[in-house]
Amino acid sequence: MNRFVYSKATSPRDAVRSHGKSTKAKYLAGGQTLLPAIKQLLDAPERLIDLSGAGLEGIDVGRKTITIGAMTRHADVAASEQVREAIPGLADLAAQIGDAQVRNRGTIGGSVANSDPAADYPAALLALSAIVHTNARKILAERFFLGLFKNALKSGELITKIEFQIPTTSAYEKFPNPASRYAIVGVFAANFDQSTRIGVTGAAHSAFRWMEAEDHGRGIKNLSNVGLDQSTFNNDIYASATYRAHLLRVLTLRALGRL
Amino acid sequence: MATEEHTGIGASVLRKEDRRFITGVGRYTDDIQISGQTYAAFARSLWARARIEKLDTQAAAAMPGVIGVLTGTDMAADGLGGLPCGWLVKSKDGSDMQQPEHPPLAHAQLNFVGDAFAIVIADTEKQAQNAARALEQSIEVTELTPIVSLEGAADSAPIHEALSSNVCYDWEIGDKAATQAGFAIADHVIEVELSNNRLIPNAMEPRAAIAEYSTGTDDITIYTTSQNPHLVRLILAAFVQLAPEHKLRVIAPDVGGGFGSKIFVYSEEVSVAWAAKKLRRPVRWTATRSEAFLTDAHGRDHLTKARLALDSKGKFLAMHVATKANLGAYLSTFASSVPTYLYGTLMAGQYATPAIYVEVQGIFTNTCPVDAYRGAGRPEATFVVERLVEVAAHQLRADPAELRRLNFIKPEQFPYETPVALVYDTGNYEASLGKALRHADYEGFKVRKEEAAHRGKLRGIGFSCYIEACGLAPSQLAMNLGAGVGLWESAEIRVNPTGSVAVFTGSHSHGQGHETTFAQVVSNTLGVPFDQVEVVHGDTGRLDFGLGTYGSRSIAVGGSALIRASEKIIAKGKRIAAHLLNASVDEIDFSDGVFSVQASNQSATFAEVAFAAYIPNNVPTDEVEPGLAEKAFYDPENFTYPAGTHICEVEVDPETGKIDIVQFIAVDDFGEVINPMIVEGQVHGGLTQGIGQALFEHGVYDESGQLVTGSYMDYCMPRADDLPSYVVDTTVTPCTHNPLGVKGCGEAGAIGAPAAVVNAVTHATGTKDISMPLHSEKVWRSLQRKRRAA
Repeated sequence: MNRFVYSKATSPRDAVRSHGKSTKAKYLAGGQTLLPAIKQLLDAPERLIDLSGAGLEGIDVGRKTITIGAMTRHADVAASEQVREAIPGLADLAAQIGDAQVRNRGTIGGSVANSDPAADYPAALLALSAIVHTNARKILAERFFLGLFKNALKSGELITKIEFQIPTTSAYEKFPNPASRYAIVGVFAANFDQSTRIGVTGAAHSAFRWMEAEDHGRGIKNLSNVGLDQSTFNNDIYASATYRAHLLRVLTLRALGRL
Repeated sequence: MATEEHTGIGASVLRKEDRRFITGVGRYTDDIQISGQTYAAFARSLWARARIEKLDTQAAAAMPGVIGVLTGTDMAADGLGGLPCGWLVKSKDGSDMQQPEHPPLAHAQLNFVGDAFAIVIADTEKQAQNAARALEQSIEVTELTPIVSLEGAADSAPIHEALSSNVCYDWEIGDKAATQAGFAIADHVIEVELSNNRLIPNAMEPRAAIAEYSTGTDDITIYTTSQNPHLVRLILAAFVQLAPEHKLRVIAPDVGGGFGSKIFVYSEEVSVAWAAKKLRRPVRWTATRSEAFLTDAHGRDHLTKARLALDSKGKFLAMHVATKANLGAYLSTFASSVPTYLYGTLMAGQYATPAIYVEVQGIFTNTCPVDAYRGAGRPEATFVVERLVEVAAHQLRADPAELRRLNFIKPEQFPYETPVALVYDTGNYEASLGKALRHADYEGFKVRKEEAAHRGKLRGIGFSCYIEACGLAPSQLAMNLGAGVGLWESAEIRVNPTGSVAVFTGSHSHGQGHETTFAQVVSNTLGVPFDQVEVVHGDTGRLDFGLGTYGSRSIAVGGSALIRASEKIIAKGKRIAAHLLNASVDEIDFSDGVFSVQASNQSATFAEVAFAAYIPNNVPTDEVEPGLAEKAFYDPENFTYPAGTHICEVEVDPETGKIDIVQFIAVDDFGEVINPMIVEGQVHGGLTQGIGQALFEHGVYDESGQLVTGSYMDYCMPRADDLPSYVVDTTVTPCTHNPLGVKGCGEAGAIGAPAAVVNAVTHATGTKDISMPLHSEKVWRSLQRKRRAA
């Protein structure tokens, strides 16, 4: 581990000011990915700005949306009666992230900012037409996830909260990697009044919406002929791209079946 | 005695050692702090195979906090010897195995990713690591083509230029002609091609070493994570020639798991001790988890073609097994014996197969050395035998339990000499199979399968009737077969004047609970209260030479040595008691801790006799020496042969290939059991490792020789939520040749479980073979192939 300067921000504004636009600074939002990366010398930030005192926790349920503060822990989303009532699929998803230790430290803002291609939350953000609120602007989920660990955040830009649209029904189906417990494929399906939306994580370089399947809606029984672009599908010792594509079809049908 | 009911042989006494382990006050190597200590880090090869061209240490030596940088060249200049392999295996043609040089620090060629070439000593761990990383970046090498894959390695150019090929040995056992004759008359021939996946040990405590050199006495004390500290001392003295044996003390304090990986003498422990002497500073090193993945000797890694010949009724006629065993880049301490004498000799399994022929090529590749890992050869053998039998049952449409029963060695056939050099002393395989079938409700399987089918699941049941050979013995036989050390064990019992007892054993506990079990044995034998027996192990400075713990040998060999030493204590106690009680020695009886005169009410307690031994008021010391301490060295007559039946039941999701183990039953015959609770725990751990091998674990290298599975993100250890609640039971046929009637239990789970799991899954899917680990994609693809073929 290399040396770094640690500071604890007292507000979002304080955090952004401390960060500036430095490429050597990083926000610490639970640290469940960042700290192991630093320990293994895969990352070497010179400044860590801890957000745990910045007042970014909290779950706020409105008539049409749920807004979750960026520093809300996975365990809190999983345990929230309000979330379970409004978007049960989202509470289920949070309960399946990592392990108990990760859920007790990791936060939604940290996960979304990291944009790991196998993280769970991105599937929900895409399926639930989420809006990522930052200190500077609002970003639609579909314009947020841009590729392998790539997203629309600018240097120093801070996620403050995530606003989810409340669907009529929702379900999350996850096929975890047996070692890391990240999603080999995760499918979040949600029904709204006029539409069905399907968010996919794990399968490809970046989370994506499977729009071809959405068009068929919830009644579909077979997805084998539905178009699927596999050009950026992942391939590792646990799952080839072909197997991921197969799992995606199986899990999508299962998720749709639960709506 | 009242206490004996709760603490004697057969009692599930809670483990004495757990108080300190569970409350965090154990004393592991890394817990030990020495004044003036320095920290070591190793510079390691980033390449699978490369020639060292230039290693300039000046820049690293000038880095902050660095005290010294010592390289393989420095070590060679100091005349240190290489790391030896302790078992000489001969090839079919009688020639000795090929042994590559194994300098603890490489000076000419790097042979696997992680191969150490320098040790850096610094004031802090971080400073040492930074300098080591700098050396890794600055060393100049010529990259050479690595040989990584076992398939084809035998015919590739040798990775060690001094050797004629990558074949270490081409070994055989059994009767080739008789086996061929068996196949010639066979009605059925079953063939399988199997791979036994490479495993990475993953003891909870990583390897560690601390060495301190005393300039005053020229002694070196080494604390290290060893399963056999005397062997470490012997190798450091006799082979590495670090210091004479009497100037070395090796202490293995609390050790957090070994599974075989801490039997061996590694580069790091040697280098730490050498550096401490050279720099005259205490040096400490604890492996990072990443180093553990790269350098702890891996396990298994076989490719096997096996055939079984059967007659029209399903009786086995002959078996032929041809195996390529990956030995990695160098010969680790006992690497050569694992795929030969601990593997080929087990191919009879529980069956009366009349002719068996096994050939094994040990092969070098540019990967981490492979050596004994829980079960060591016997899991691989069981996997071959039990997969063959399963495929035979499938192809002959026979009931897999019945086919096994038909071919079992029958109870009246013991002692039974196998065609592969072992003599099984006792067993009752029908009994453990029968008990396991009852636990499994085998009759009800069909109904369960139908019910699962309604839920869209494929249900299967798999058997593994395993045998193992534990307590490798006797010494003379092992040494005739090439073993470099004897296989006896030592014990010493020192009785204190107040009657409490210190037990010194050459066995080593690194999780097995010897402090409890061995105390139960001695308490039972001497009639001394359990809490007055202290077990001491793991320190060459306090113990007689001992051989340590591996191969499930501790209770069978170490425990027997305790009995022999106890017998000597009792014999001397009788002589003392005779004086105290004014009787002749022949008139003294001993039981339950009391010496008594036959046909009288005169007696003396064990404590009274112990006191008299040291305060000899009424004992003439010209007739009986003062003191009460005895030692024994026990060399077993034979191996012990634990055996049993494991039954696994699974459900497979045909859409995804995901496997769910819904039931696992283990009925084991360990002979007599000292502490059933500890035995059950050992079985649970072993089963979990066996299931881990079957479903999850796989050490994978890419084509360039980089370890793909170098962390828990990629190397999958089994977790509680992957596993069912086990049903564990025993049957008992006491071992016939040791005083406790015990056989050993440490490895059985890991030996039996893999075949049971794979057999259950292939039974569910109806496919012939799926290679371990049974990742869901492989299962799914196997079902796809079957569907296409249909």
